[in-house]
Amino acid sequence: MTETNPIRDAIQQAIDEHPVILFMKGTPDQPACGFSARTVAALQELGAPFAAVDILPDPRIRQELSEISNWPTIPQLFVDRELVGGCDIVTEMYESGELAQALGVEQPPEARAPESPDAGPAPMGIENRLS
Amino acid sequence: MPTAEELKQRIEATIPDAKADVVDLNGGGDHFRATVISSAFAGKSRIEQHRLVYDVFGDEVGGPIHALSITTRASE
Repeated sequence: MTETNPIRDAIQQAIDEHPVILFMKGTPDQPACGFSARTVAALQELGAPFAAVDILPDPRIRQELSEISNWPTIPQLFVDRELVGGCDIVTEMYESGELAQALGVEQPPEARAPESPDAGPAPMGIENRLS
Repeated sequence: MPTAEELKQRIEATIPDAKADVVDLNGGGDHFRATVISSAFAGKSRIEQHRLVYDVFGDEVGGPIHALSITTRASE
């Protein structure tokens, strides 16, 4: 007898159907966690359309998602069915311009990280806007 | 309750030739930031590098370690 796992199937289907999909705590309008909020802010800053799934309503969503992705924490961003990363990696990639590249969008000029840590005051990044 | 020093020691004991710097972000023993440098990261993607660090703690991440923010760098 084959085991059915509707939750896992639904998650996999969502990943397959959406080129950019974020699994997060809360919603883009009302993130329920600072890490999810930062990740949403990076995506919104780039103006890239993305699908979002709130994992909070059912603890099994997170459990199954982590089984699929082999990644223990939330948020998780998938692009073209591949796990890109969580908040740390997405933030790093946003600052370096790699996220814009991965999403096929233009990097806003103000989002570029300074050449070196001594290159002057930090640009208006997502960190600043969230404080 | 895990401490930053304990996390640092466990990372350095598990990942070959790792140097770790761990900060307890709010003093509560559940939100940490780890900066890890190791030659084991060379040639690996960010995802793979971060997985190596998560793997040190297994199920504790998301459990007692509520949040573990990671920055990794490959040493020469």
